[in-house]
Amino acid sequence: MAKIKKKIKTIKVDLDKCNGCRACEVICSAFHAAPKYSSNNPARSRIRMIRDPMRDVYVPVYAGEYTPAECMGRDKYIIDGKEYDECGFCRASCPSRDAFKEPDSGLPLKCDMCESEPPLDKPLCVKWCINDALIYEEREEEVDEEVKQEDVEIGIQSLIDKYGLDKVVNTVARVTQKE
Amino acid sequence: MRYAETGYNLEIDLTTGNIERVETDPRDTELYLGGLGTNARLLWNVDPEIDPFSPDVPLIFSSGLLCGTPAPGANRTIITAYSPQTLLMGYSMMGGFWAPELKHAGYDKVILRGKSPKLVYIWIHNDKVEIRDASHLHGMGAVQTQEEIKRELNQPNAHVAAIGLAGENRVSMASIEQGRSSASRLGLGAVMGSKNVKAIAVRGTKDINLAKPDEFIELCNEVLDYIKFRNENPVPGVMTILQGLGSPQEMLHVDEKWHTENFVWGNARVRRKDFWNKEIEKKWAETQLSVRKRLISCYNCPMKCGAIISVPGLSTYMMKCFSKLTYSMAAFVEDLDFGFRIAQKATEYGVDGFSTPQTMAFAVELYEAGILTDADFEGCPKDNQGRFYWLLDRIVRREGIGDILADGTYWAAKRIGKGAEEFAHNNIKKHEQLPLKLGMLNPVYYLMYATGEKINITQIEGQFPQSPFPTMEERLNFVKDWIQVPDEKFKQYLLDWELRGERSNPYYPTVDMSVDIVDWQEMMHYIDDALGVCAGLSSFPLKPPYHIHNYPKIISAATGIDIDEEALKKVYRRNRNLVRAINVRRGLRRADEQPPTDHWKKRFPELEKQLLDAYYRFKGWNDDGIPKKETLQELDLGYVAEDLEQRGII
Repeated sequence: MAKIKKKIKTIKVDLDKCNGCRACEVICSAFHAAPKYSSNNPARSRIRMIRDPMRDVYVPVYAGEYTPAECMGRDKYIIDGKEYDECGFCRASCPSRDAFKEPDSGLPLKCDMCESEPPLDKPLCVKWCINDALIYEEREEEVDEEVKQEDVEIGIQSLIDKYGLDKVVNTVARVTQKE
Repeated sequence: MRYAETGYNLEIDLTTGNIERVETDPRDTELYLGGLGTNARLLWNVDPEIDPFSPDVPLIFSSGLLCGTPAPGANRTIITAYSPQTLLMGYSMMGGFWAPELKHAGYDKVILRGKSPKLVYIWIHNDKVEIRDASHLHGMGAVQTQEEIKRELNQPNAHVAAIGLAGENRVSMASIEQGRSSASRLGLGAVMGSKNVKAIAVRGTKDINLAKPDEFIELCNEVLDYIKFRNENPVPGVMTILQGLGSPQEMLHVDEKWHTENFVWGNARVRRKDFWNKEIEKKWAETQLSVRKRLISCYNCPMKCGAIISVPGLSTYMMKCFSKLTYSMAAFVEDLDFGFRIAQKATEYGVDGFSTPQTMAFAVELYEAGILTDADFEGCPKDNQGRFYWLLDRIVRREGIGDILADGTYWAAKRIGKGAEEFAHNNIKKHEQLPLKLGMLNPVYYLMYATGEKINITQIEGQFPQSPFPTMEERLNFVKDWIQVPDEKFKQYLLDWELRGERSNPYYPTVDMSVDIVDWQEMMHYIDDALGVCAGLSSFPLKPPYHIHNYPKIISAATGIDIDEEALKKVYRRNRNLVRAINVRRGLRRADEQPPTDHWKKRFPELEKQLLDAYYRFKGWNDDGIPKKETLQELDLGYVAEDLEQRGII
């Protein structure tokens, strides 16, 4: 099986170092404005402070995938006796909450690690967090090239099992025509 | 398009319930910037004769011009009305998160006029603004009120400025509390209470636009880099709390030798030079570290000047700066736990952490002197801690003697009589000052205390070291990277300043040098207060990241207004004169510009006269501290000159 190199970008979030200033939200929204930096608005930010000072809850969360449906159940973490918000660590742009949606259109937002040309040496939320609550790390991992293929196969097999081969083939044909 | 500002104010008439979104004149931004400057412009239009509690006085909640932009530390709310205590213009400010949120909701200011028939709170959510019933919040603590409003609106991201019981009862030292911050000085919480407004909650999700985006962000990056540099390079040779940026890092540091031995205890009386010892140090450190949950900041600021405080058995609150000590020291209680406990109560009641303990200590002295009697103190516990809790309750509820004390030491002394005036000894312009009593007159501080319209030294001082460095080596080291000076001459002032001899206090810095230094200090505060940038990153500390050389570029990149150093200095002079003119119209004269008699042991009446004369001359004011006609005209304040002339003031 062939191996490929994959760059893994990580932002290490140290909750104990967060002073709750929301500079990460400010610079994120400014960077992603069009034209760049022309406006700012934390409500458009792809990082969000889940914040409740009275309970000492300070959690910066990055926008992850969009999901059209919320989970069947919700989670709630208690760490060292401190209770965090429901779904407090979840990154999804999800119907259950306001976070990670454009305030006017409701379209989902997703962190892109400040992708830009030429590339920045680190995402700007990390750069603007001079308290080091956010630390950027990069590493390369070798991964199996085939893995993804297998995933697709498993997925299609499960669809065939559920809906029958004909339906799946017809649907694939229709979807590809649209594109 | 308007840049950095929204270009709209929210005007609310509480009497009729009318709410309007009013476009502002961009020319006013060029003339006064925003914040304090445009607040003063609005207050100038208000009848100068009326009572601070008159419904016709507007209570203005303003953001600064840079609030809500990415400029680090631009988060201040500047609140303005007439002070019920000093009767002059009252402008008190708070950090926190409220002003940027207001900007994102689409407004630069909220102007409250009239008086609501019943207790209400205001809910601002972008274009939707409501006046809501607050009868269920009557008497509720200022911190609890913020939490309750966020809960009932189901808006955890809203920010709420609220008063406690003290504001509702129009106590002269009532604050407006918001998150980790408060606008505490000059009694504006009482003005809010007089309008029957318990709180203003804001949530905003709109953009703020920048005129020259790339340039602006580059300047912000430079500011952040300099903050990092300063955090890594504390200024040597000055006391710990003055080495770094931010407001004094009272939540971080546990060593209180300097405050407890240099500030005075009780009713600003007793200096205890041998108070601090190992045992106290250990106990106080334990107390502070056990109640402090996290060091926190205001909006978009990397500093950590505040803290979340959870004292066992009490609800959580937030604290900053010096209030952990003001109650303990005023009450002669050597237990820091008391400081954190009574401050929790005081924060919920919503009172100022300087004036309140001072007023209570004043009452205790009057009782000990037999001027207040057992009848006045009926039911009061005998121990120092119990007495302070009892007095705090009486003042906030305006019960018995508390009703008199609630107006602060100046007015209380007048009402009590029998020589009580002698005990109200720590005021300037009727307002209680920090408990500090010193030996030798410092000419720079003399001028700041005497002439400051904010009437609070920490909001006037800054930039220039408080005392000379003992050695030339230290001085040279200090001036070598002192980029903030408006002019190279300030470096020489510092190099020549000695601890003793001819070139030492009170005759050095000389009269003219002192005026120069104070002008620089004032200039930076006035600019900060118009921009909404925290003094902790600009006018207060030594070697701050914002200064007169980068401010014009930052303002220009944010707003698109073409402004250079000279033009910015002119805005400062305009705002300074406008504030002075408002106060002159309210009766302020030279006779009022007096630091407390006992502030320094060694006073020099002739020198002090020269200092004040020179300061007035420098400002273009007459000998009574009133701006001259030509000064006003030169600063585009012809309308002010005309009005003062009509009133026969000039």
